[in-house]
Amino acid sequence: MKYVLDFEKPIFELREKINELKTMTAASEVDLSSEIKTLEARLEKLEKDIYGHLNPWDRVQIARHPERPTALDYIEHLFTDFIELHGDRLYRDDPAIITGIAKYKDEPVTIVGQQRGKNTKENLYRNFASPHPEGYRKALRQMKLAEKFNRPIISFIDTKGAHPGKGAEERGQGEAIARNLREMSHLSVPSISIVIGEGGSGGALGIGLSDHIHMLENSTYSVISPEGAASILWKDATKAKEAALSLKITSHDLRRLNIIDEIIPEPRGGAHRDLPMQAAYLDVYIEKSLNYLMKLSSDQLMNNRWEKYKNIGSF
Amino acid sequence: MQIKSIFAKKKKYAAIPTEKAKQEIPEGLVEKCHNCSKIFYEKEWKNNLHVCPACGAHHKMTAQQRINSIIDEHTFEEWDADIETNNPLDFPEYEQKLKKDQEKTGLKDAVVTGKAKVNGLPTALVVMDPHFRMASMGAVVGEKITRALEKAREQELPIIFFTASGGARMQEGMISLMQMGKTSMAVERFNRAGGCMIVVMTNPTTGGVTASFASIGDYHFAEPGALIGFAGRRIIEQTIREKLPDTFQTAEFQLEHGQIDRVVKRSDLKKLLTTILDLHRPKGDK
Ligand SMILES: [Zn+2]
Ligand SMILES: [Zn+2]
Repeated sequence: MKYVLDFEKPIFELREKINELKTMTAASEVDLSSEIKTLEARLEKLEKDIYGHLNPWDRVQIARHPERPTALDYIEHLFTDFIELHGDRLYRDDPAIITGIAKYKDEPVTIVGQQRGKNTKENLYRNFASPHPEGYRKALRQMKLAEKFNRPIISFIDTKGAHPGKGAEERGQGEAIARNLREMSHLSVPSISIVIGEGGSGGALGIGLSDHIHMLENSTYSVISPEGAASILWKDATKAKEAALSLKITSHDLRRLNIIDEIIPEPRGGAHRDLPMQAAYLDVYIEKSLNYLMKLSSDQLMNNRWEKYKNIGSF
Repeated sequence: MQIKSIFAKKKKYAAIPTEKAKQEIPEGLVEKCHNCSKIFYEKEWKNNLHVCPACGAHHKMTAQQRINSIIDEHTFEEWDADIETNNPLDFPEYEQKLKKDQEKTGLKDAVVTGKAKVNGLPTALVVMDPHFRMASMGAVVGEKITRALEKAREQELPIIFFTASGGARMQEGMISLMQMGKTSMAVERFNRAGGCMIVVMTNPTTGGVTASFASIGDYHFAEPGALIGFAGRRIIEQTIREKLPDTFQTAEFQLEHGQIDRVVKRSDLKKLLTTILDLHRPKGDK
């Protein structure tokens, strides 16, 4: 394990120690099995303790973990016959968003997702999953095709935000996101979005105005990054930890606020610890959502969607 | 209800740009232009629609000033004036900030909605006031805009937006972000019913407001020099490690890049809006 988060250090140190003892036992006559047992029990307790009491900032760290699975990882585990489709037909193909069609349990679906890279080279290519307007327009093209061919849409949300750049502004970043919101609000087919890492503001919502919104337990969804909020509010980016708490960005906070529908559990320590298990958890929730939404007529879908979003607010 | 009574609590504010100037000159009497630094009496600003008589810079207007500059006298009927946020996230220092801006502006939140007549033509109005929390969009702004679009749809009225905003209201977290979805959905409901939506983008229109209802009307105009964009200039400069020209993200920049229909001087706005309302008058209406 290359990347150890600060709050996980005691766990990794103890695990290291257990491994040392095991090596010693194997290489010598001394029997340390009872010591190992004691330490393993302690490790179990420590893991439960630490991972059972994650604060919002800890979850931000997990959501940003470099080994956290990406949209393409889940697509590989959950779908068959995935065909990636490129381009917005207007300007260029934006690698920060992937789109395509596939089968989910033998039924056709459309997939849209923000795609992070796994290393620096990939991240430069993917622009760290920060889309340009053409990414949103590509996603919209595929969503309209989903509507035409009457198949549901599954969006994987995983971005720090829409790209803040010159070309993005020149080509109408605001308009691209706004148009997506407007169009998604009246699609006649079911849509599910799942926040798998960071859900960063309008750039995340730009593919996520869906019938159901789910979040992986340790993912975050926020109107602004904790660092951004801290520097605006308190002129001090190091207060990000406090901002993460105040902004209510965790899956549990957002379930309580009725912004999201379901919290999808993660393996202990985070999705990156066990991708197949994480994909299996996702599978359960996608199937449940689709089973429910596919039974509704277009009118019912649109009415429910209006009721859902109309009622978000507190005054 | 008439506009006078709505704004009865309104106090004078934002008249003097610097602390130093505030001490030297009686408050509210004169105002310095932020662009050319020339000083004019408040009356001269008022008579010139808060456009600098020397350099033509378009200064920010309060919601009240904006409404008065566009509508026929005594025709404004305000909608949902009393909706107020309840600090849903218990966000630190939020209530004090709101209270301060409420006292400063006489508004409960950053948008005024209602209906009025413009040269005899009825229309719904949405006017954002940048003096209230930079007209950021929280649940109250989202709700009032949504209700205004619904009322305009039901009453078969066109709707005119004067947008101004720093973006989403941070202190209401994801509730704010979701107002982008909610208002965009309301725009599409209005759109599908055949309603005519006119957007006048004023300084500044940015962030989540640009990325939702403000960009999806039927006609988009902007006042000269208005800052219009999605991402903040400072963030873009940090990202691309390059200094951006002063013309970046101005109304004129947006016109050049095909993002808006026209740049319109404030003095020409009422005439333009009247013509557009007239061109969209329901058939059979004389
Ligand atoms: Zn001037
Ligand atoms: Zn002024």
